[in-house]
Amino acid sequence: MNYHWNWGVFGEQVKAGEETYLDWLITGLGWTLAVSLAAWLLALLIGIAVGALRTAPSRPIALLGTAWVELFRNIPLLVQMFLWFFVVPEFLPPDWGLWVKQEMPAKEFATAALCLGFFTSARVAEQVRAGIGSLPRGQRDAALALGLTLPQAYRHVILPQALRIVIPPLTSEFMNVFKNSSIAFAIGVMELTFQARQMQEDSEQGIETYLAVTLLYFICAFTANRGMAWIEARTRVPGLIARTS
Amino acid sequence: MGEFDFTVWGPSLPFIRDGLLFTLRLTLIAMSGGIFFGTLLALARLSPFKPLSLAAGAYVDTMRSIPLVLVILWFFLVIPFITGTPVGAETSAIITFTAFEAAFYCEIMRSGIQSVPRGQVWAAQALGLTQAQTMIHVVLPQALRNMLPVLLTQTIVLFQDTSLVYAIGAKDMLKAADVVGKNYNRPVEMIVLSALIYFAICFSLSLAVRQLQKRVAIVR
Amino acid sequence: MHRRLSTTLFLVLLAVPAFAQDSGTLKKIRDSGGITLGIRESSYPLSYLDEKQQPIGYHIDICNRIVDAVKAKLKLPALKVTHQAVTSQNRIPLVSNGTVDLECGSTTNNEARQKQVAFAPTTFVTNVRMAVKKASGIQSLGQLGGKPVATTTGTTSVQLMRAHEKGKGIDFKEVYGKDHADSFLMLETDRAVAFVMDDNLLAGLIATSKAPNNYAIVGEVLSIEPIAIMLRRGDPEFKKLVDDTVKGLMKKGEIDKLYARWFMSPIPPRQVNLNFPKSELLKFLIESPSDAPAESY
Repeated sequence: MNYHWNWGVFGEQVKAGEETYLDWLITGLGWTLAVSLAAWLLALLIGIAVGALRTAPSRPIALLGTAWVELFRNIPLLVQMFLWFFVVPEFLPPDWGLWVKQEMPAKEFATAALCLGFFTSARVAEQVRAGIGSLPRGQRDAALALGLTLPQAYRHVILPQALRIVIPPLTSEFMNVFKNSSIAFAIGVMELTFQARQMQEDSEQGIETYLAVTLLYFICAFTANRGMAWIEARTRVPGLIARTS
Repeated sequence: MGEFDFTVWGPSLPFIRDGLLFTLRLTLIAMSGGIFFGTLLALARLSPFKPLSLAAGAYVDTMRSIPLVLVILWFFLVIPFITGTPVGAETSAIITFTAFEAAFYCEIMRSGIQSVPRGQVWAAQALGLTQAQTMIHVVLPQALRNMLPVLLTQTIVLFQDTSLVYAIGAKDMLKAADVVGKNYNRPVEMIVLSALIYFAICFSLSLAVRQLQKRVAIVR
Repeated sequence: MHRRLSTTLFLVLLAVPAFAQDSGTLKKIRDSGGITLGIRESSYPLSYLDEKQQPIGYHIDICNRIVDAVKAKLKLPALKVTHQAVTSQNRIPLVSNGTVDLECGSTTNNEARQKQVAFAPTTFVTNVRMAVKKASGIQSLGQLGGKPVATTTGTTSVQLMRAHEKGKGIDFKEVYGKDHADSFLMLETDRAVAFVMDDNLLAGLIATSKAPNNYAIVGEVLSIEPIAIMLRRGDPEFKKLVDDTVKGLMKKGEIDKLYARWFMSPIPPRQVNLNFPKSELLKFLIESPSDAPAESY
């Protein structure tokens, strides 16, 4: 291969500025973490709520939950990102639209976190619903028989158990959030993939750049995996068959 | 922007059709290949022979920890070194998705295999089946059946993920829509069209999965 | 030393023999019976897709002449020509690793890239400027302080804007599109008040937009960039063939006909005329062909 290697490139200064390429990658990592964690928080909150709604005895409410899940999980993330960024603001009143497009602070970040959060919430909701479904019916009946209202039964009996059961599949989703955040570059969030493209163009050392970025993503996802495993071990429900791995 | 002009959908249809055909072909090949190699990987991961299970585990964990779009890029750059000649973007995409999805199907098949009650294995061995026969005739069919809805759900994800081949310039449906959008300078209309098509296909599939779940559910 | 070490490391990592490179592109083409051209999807009018999604453009035409020369030299009239869409991210690795033999896109010839690849003589010169909506009344970069300005991720325009920002003490709010169409959409939907890019690309985007009369290309020239066809480095035999073909086109005045066809007359897919006359520098470079990088202008 006719390639000019230069592993020292990370310490070199970028063309138009004082910072080094390493600084770019670190900034990128910061935005990747910010987008991923904000989206994950949003996805957990909405996902748990929607997942619980889908098991509600009231049919319209359950349908509403289903509609949410189907809407957000059946369109590729890249397409959703584009729709949120370019199409949704056009349906706002003109003044608001212009504010969102020009004045809103951290607009790319907010759009990306919202979009990734909604997308992931549909998947979290599916896991939560499955978790609730796997609980013996007696749990809900017993809670209601004790005089708890339905929301109380969810809050104190059903969700605490279901959430622990779904930690292993949620681990996958948590790792996915970091990986999927790479699509945020498409709307101009200055995260890792974005910085990689910039650095590649600026330095013309594409292979070194992408190796470094791949490694950083790997570390993120791996840390997410270990973190969830730790939480899983701490919150395991005694008496249930523990899933190892 | 204000006014939309959806007349651009008309002339785009032949390209959308060609793109969609590639997307479907990629999905089907990657699914069958992915389930095949994924099952082999799952067997390797469950193997008592440590080096084998460790190697399979490392492969699966690596694939699951790297964004797909980077995997697509890497394969595109590295495959020419292995084959000696460059392959086109489409072939590269097919190889990449098969290898990548195998890691995900592996995890599903592994939990499928583990979900088969041990008694089944003992019963098969008591009947005189060899280990391989037990796997092929007793365990795998049940694992596949139990995991069918999950396998299909993963396939829906795979179908959507094929949109990422834009990174290497393969002509899938989203790319076709994108190019028409650029040609006519109507990107928004074209992205809306592709969103509708993706939704229609994925939603139908997910309805099918739900029906299947009801039928496959093993009464205990 | 450093370079050899890492090359070895990479090859050991792959544990496969390196792609036979020493034998040169012409041998590779003869052995495989095919040549692969790298094309762009929307680099108007140098290299883009027509309504049948076939690659066309000024650089595609020039590349086809080079292919003809290859056919003649190798006595292979039935040479198979394959097109591979490339992006500004993958074009250089794809030329290096042998996937693409000749990149017919819109690549700036600069010093950093000359470390990785070689260039044919410059066939086009672009000026980096900005497109704005006429109604905004913006005429100069100085008026952009505090306003959102669009450009495309991974292009040289980003560096230029930053450098200019520093030099003039202007504070833009940069916004980034993933490709030129997205960046233009930002201008169109008021996410940005200006779009900084190569002027030929801006002219192409404006000409194909919904309301071409609403836009104008204005302001100072941020940079002058020689655009050229790209090939693998360290392959003097192929480089000579490419150079001779391009120089031949220039000498015989054929390049002027090609230029007129793509820049001065209606072009597909929508039969708009870019009306984009040759710059003085390009006229000079056709008189005396050169593959010198941008830094030398």
